[in-house]
Amino acid sequence: MTTSPSGTLKKTPLNARHRSLGARMVEFGGWDMPVEYSGIVDEHMAVRSRGGLFDVSHMGEIEIAGADALKAVQHITSNDASRLSVNQIQYSALTTPQGTFVDDVLTYRIADDHFMLVVNASNIVKDFHWIAERVKEVGGDAAAVNTSSRYALIALQGPVARDVLQTLTGVDLSAMKYYWFGTGEVAGVRVTISRTGYTGEDGFEVFVPPVSAERVWDAILQAGKPSGVIPAGLGARDTLRLEASMRLYGNDMDESTTVVEADLNWIVGWKKDEFLGHEILKKQKAEGAPRKLVGFEMLERAIGRHGYDVYIGGEKAGVVTSGTQTPYLKKAIGMAYVPADKTAPGTELEIDIRGRRVKAAIVSMPFYKRAK
Amino acid sequence: MSYPADLKYTKDHEWVKIDGANAKVGITDYAQKQLGDVVYLELPQVGRTFKKGEVFGTIESVKAVSELYSPVDGEVTEVHSELVQHPETVNKDPHGSWMIGMKVSGGQDDLLDSGAYTDLTK
Repeated sequence: MTTSPSGTLKKTPLNARHRSLGARMVEFGGWDMPVEYSGIVDEHMAVRSRGGLFDVSHMGEIEIAGADALKAVQHITSNDASRLSVNQIQYSALTTPQGTFVDDVLTYRIADDHFMLVVNASNIVKDFHWIAERVKEVGGDAAAVNTSSRYALIALQGPVARDVLQTLTGVDLSAMKYYWFGTGEVAGVRVTISRTGYTGEDGFEVFVPPVSAERVWDAILQAGKPSGVIPAGLGARDTLRLEASMRLYGNDMDESTTVVEADLNWIVGWKKDEFLGHEILKKQKAEGAPRKLVGFEMLERAIGRHGYDVYIGGEKAGVVTSGTQTPYLKKAIGMAYVPADKTAPGTELEIDIRGRRVKAAIVSMPFYKRAK
Repeated sequence: MSYPADLKYTKDHEWVKIDGANAKVGITDYAQKQLGDVVYLELPQVGRTFKKGEVFGTIESVKAVSELYSPVDGEVTEVHSELVQHPETVNKDPHGSWMIGMKVSGGQDDLLDSGAYTDLTK
């Protein structure tokens, strides 16, 4: 068992809050982050039934601006950013020329010629170098800036999120559609609010100047208290996103897996003339990829976890990328890569759990979808 | 939570309650806090023997898998099957949640008492 991490890790502006709230802290992607406060199950259930408040300030922001910014974004990401209106967001992949993931990102269109990519914490440096180089190659009038240190990011997620946040802002949140954003004030602080999240629930992510992060955090917790909003950590964030079948970079996809293999065809702008890796992805879409990410459910009491081998009919067939016992569905579920001709729901798998072959079955994703 | 004086402890965060030649084994409050919500327990068959420090089972929480180490030398005489069905009890009552009963054949001399264990977890 490990002891508390030392001072070499990066800290978000809310670090002192987590400690005073009694969070258990862990190292995550070079950051000292709260993994749980009251417990993963408790926090997970709070988000499904009421609301949870997450510090996700470790996430990175990279902005691309200039007259040719759209051209640059279209070249480096798989989705079609030309379809974005100002204040609209899309999920996308930052791709290699092989059609694999440098990262998965959210693309925000701040203005016609100004985009912001929200990237994974552990990839900020890699992504920025990658993006800056590619933008230079595209040429014209576009430049990339790493603006990660300008924002703390606070996510309020759950069925009460809208009503709670509405008490603190003049922005009309019910008029803000899913995957849109706007600017305004929360608790008197100038912020960007986006209707996004990583939990499968309705919710908002608030981009806050770091100096005001504690003020906004405290105000939301206070306003949410009567409706049962509690602080939630990375542990619940992981079980929530997996239940909602959202991929996690580094687990479910990385530089060795393509967008088609990750079963994310919907984040590819197939009508675009070009983007990095488009030839390979178009070929895989037409002819099929060798393997594909599927969801599975354990049929016996056990959890298939990241890195465990998957067998089909006695033959090694793939590997588990994510797996957990989900607090809400109360099942052991996960994702795994399997050969593309063996992805049908109901297909029986065996997962090697520390030397023991345990039965599981492919099921269709998402595991959990909230009632609208 | 305090560490009961009638239990002995290991640096691997197991507790053992020794009564003559018999012992009951579980994990400490510190261990359950580190693990978080426990969801599975894998325990050995009655009759298996373990040396002190050998892995006798695994405990799995939502976020991690940990091995369980035998605090003494001995033979498994009982397995707490009800606890396997309700593993979350380990979080609620760690020092009351025995996992296996053992017939002790050695290794009980250098266990920690509650004071030494409390210092270890500070």
